[in-house]
Amino acid sequence: MDFVPNDEQRAIVETVRAFVETELYPHEDLVEQLDDVPKELAAEIQTKAINAGLYAANMPEELGGGGLNAVGVALAEREFGRASYALQMLVARPSNILQACTGDQIEEYLLPSIRGERHDCLAMTEPGAGSDVRSMTTKAERHGDDWIINGGKHFISHADVSDFVILFATTGVDETPRGPKKRISGFLVDMGLPGFEVRRGSSCVSHRGYHQCELLFDNVRIPGYKLLGEEGRGFDLMGDWLGATRLTVAATSVGRSQRVLETALSWAANRKQFGQPIGNFQGVGFQLADCEVAVDAADLLTLRAADRIDKGTYVDADAAKAKLFASETLAKVTDTAVQVFGGMGLMSETPIERWWRDARVERIWDGTSEIQRHIINRSQMKPLGA
Amino acid sequence: MKIVVLVKHVPDAAGDRSFSGDTTTDRAAVDGRLSELDEYAVEQALQVVEKAGEGEITFLTMGPEAASEALRKALSMGGDAGVHVVDDALHGSDAIATSLVLAAAVRRLEPDVVICGMASTDGTMSVVPAMLAERLGLTGLTLAASLTIEGNTVTIRRDSDEASTTITGSLPALISVTDQTGEARYPSFKGIMAAKKKPVETLTLADLGIDPAQVGLGAAWSAVDNIAKRPARQAGTIVTDEGDGGVKLADFLAAGKFI
Ligand SMILES: Cc1cc2nc3c(=O)[nH]c(=O)nc-3n(C[C@H](O)[C@H](O)[C@H](O)COP(=O)(O)OP(=O)(O)OC[C@H]3O[C@@H](n4cnc5c(N)ncnc54)[C@H](O)[C@@H]3O)c2cc1C
Repeated sequence: MDFVPNDEQRAIVETVRAFVETELYPHEDLVEQLDDVPKELAAEIQTKAINAGLYAANMPEELGGGGLNAVGVALAEREFGRASYALQMLVARPSNILQACTGDQIEEYLLPSIRGERHDCLAMTEPGAGSDVRSMTTKAERHGDDWIINGGKHFISHADVSDFVILFATTGVDETPRGPKKRISGFLVDMGLPGFEVRRGSSCVSHRGYHQCELLFDNVRIPGYKLLGEEGRGFDLMGDWLGATRLTVAATSVGRSQRVLETALSWAANRKQFGQPIGNFQGVGFQLADCEVAVDAADLLTLRAADRIDKGTYVDADAAKAKLFASETLAKVTDTAVQVFGGMGLMSETPIERWWRDARVERIWDGTSEIQRHIINRSQMKPLGA
Repeated sequence: MKIVVLVKHVPDAAGDRSFSGDTTTDRAAVDGRLSELDEYAVEQALQVVEKAGEGEITFLTMGPEAASEALRKALSMGGDAGVHVVDDALHGSDAIATSLVLAAAVRRLEPDVVICGMASTDGTMSVVPAMLAERLGLTGLTLAASLTIEGNTVTIRRDSDEASTTITGSLPALISVTDQTGEARYPSFKGIMAAKKKPVETLTLADLGIDPAQVGLGAAWSAVDNIAKRPARQAGTIVTDEGDGGVKLADFLAAGKFI
C-alpha cells in the first residue's frame, strides 16, 4: 500500500491543475452569466487541450489517447473537476464505451472522438425510465439489414453539442423463469438523421452552460453495422465500461470539494468578527475540520477504486462507495462553505452559491445515492445468500 | 543538432522562501520546481528541434537529489535524456563554481547549442550563462527575446528599454532566453508517461574530474554575512483632496525626497 504519489502521478496533477487554473478559471464567470460557452471559446479551449496532449486522457495511447491508467485518470479527473463543468468537459474524455467499437465503427466513431473531431453523448434515461434503466421503451427493430428506432430520451447531457449519440434501446423481450425481460442493445446514431430531433431540455440548477436535452426518434433508420456490441448485450456493455465513468463523478466531486474547502478556509482565516478570524471560533473551525476529514476519505475511496481497476480486483461496489461518499461530501462541503461565508455565500459575487447549486446534481446523475447504496447493499447480501 | 538545456530546481517562488542556518537557500522549506525561466529555455529547444526536423536534447541540472524533479518535468515536456550532477560537496556553490561544474558536464556532451534561462528564479544572478560561454569558448548570446537557428547561424533579438537589437553568431553557441520568447507548453499525458523511460545519468564531481575544494560554500568568492526579513509593509497615507490635494501630494513626495 503506497499513499505517496509517484513522479508521473504528481506530474499529471500538476499539469492538469496548471491547465485548469490558466485556461479554464478565467472564463468561469462568463459561462455562468451566459449559461453557455461561446462557440469560439469552446473551440479555442479544445484546440489548446489537444495541442497540449491533454485530450482523451482516458483512451489508450495506441489509439491516440492520453494512455493513463485508472489511477492516472482519477487524478486528472479530480483536477478537471475543480473547474466549471461546462468548461472542463471541453477537454473531453470520450465515453469509455466507445472502446467497444469494432470494424468500421472504429474509424467512424472511436478515433475521431479521440482526435476531437467528433463528440459523443450517451442516452439511457427516459421520462419513464430513470433509475430503472431496463424499463426503457425506446425501441430498435430490424428491417432487413437496417434498424428502425422509435421513442424518446431525456436528460441527455451535451447532446446539443454532440455529433452522435451512444443510444440504448430495447430490441426484444426474453422469456425468463422470473418473467419477461427486455433485451437492451447499444447503437451509434448520428445527429441530423431524418426523424431524429434533439431539443434543449429545461434549464437546470446545476452546471450552467452544460445542457441536458431531449432526443426524439421517429422512424430513424440506421444501417446494421451501427449496432454497438452484440444485440441484446447492452447491459454487459454498460457493466464493462461505465463503472469507470461512475468513478469520474467521484473524482470530479473530490476535486471540487477541495477547491471549495480551500476557498472556505481562506475566508475563515481572513474574515474577522468579534476581533478574530471566524475560523478560530470552534463553531466554525470544527465544521471545517469535519469537511477536511470527509474530503480526504472521499479522495482515498476514489483512488482505491481506481487502483483496484488497475489491479483487476475491482467490483461495482468500489465505484459505488466512492461515488456515493464523494458526491455527498461535496454537498456537505458546499453547504458548509455557504455557512462560513454567511450572507456573502449566497451572493453571485462569490462562486460559493454556484458550487452549492452545482453540487446538487452529483447525487442524482450516474445513479442516485440510493442506487449506489443499493449496489453496495447487494454486494453485502449476495454472499449471504439473501 | 545536439542541444543541451540547463534546468534548475528552485524553491517555488509562491512559497514562503527562507534561508538555512548556513545562510544558503533553504531548499527543504518549500516545494521545489523547475525554474519558470528555464521552462522558456526548454520550450525554445523543443521548437528548434521541431523546426529543424531533427536534433537531440539533453537536459542538464546541478543540484541535490530533489533536483531530478526539474529533469523529469523537462523530460515530460519533451527531449531525450537528462544529466544530473549531484554531490554533497556542491552545497553552497556560487555562480563561479556552478559554471565550472556545468562547463565540465556540458563539455562531455559536446553540444552544438546550449540554451538556458535568463536567470534562476532563486539566485537571479544572470551571470552563469556568460561565465559558461566564456569557459567553454562558445558564442555567447544572452537575453534573447526571440531565437532562430538556421544552418550554422544563430540569430537572437535582444530587447531593452531603448532599442531592439538583432544579433547573429555562429555555432557552437550558448543562448540565454527571456520570458519574451513565448509561453512554455504543458507536458502532455503521453509526455508524462514517456518521461520515466528516458535515460537520466547521474554524475559526481569525481566523474567530472573536479576537485571538491574548488566548489561549495568554502570556495565561494562572496559570502552572506547577514540576513534580515523585509520589514512588514507600512500602512499607506491617504491624501484627501479638500481643494489642496495637489499641494499635499507634492509635500508628501518632497518629504520622502522623491521630488
Ligand atoms: C443534469 C442531468 C444530466 C443527465 N445526463 C444524462 C445523460 O447524459 N445520459 C443519461 O442516460 N442520463 C442522464 N441523466 C439521467 C440521470 O442518470 C437520472 O436522472 C438518474 O439516473 C435518476 O433517474 P430519475 O431522475 O428518473 O429519478 P428516479 O429514478 O425517478 O428516482 C427518483 C427518486 O427515487 C429513488 N429511487 C428510485 N428507485 C429506487 C430504489 N430502487 N430504491 C430506493 N430509491 C429509489 C431515487 O434514488 C430518487 O431519489 C441526467 C440527469 C440530470 C439531472
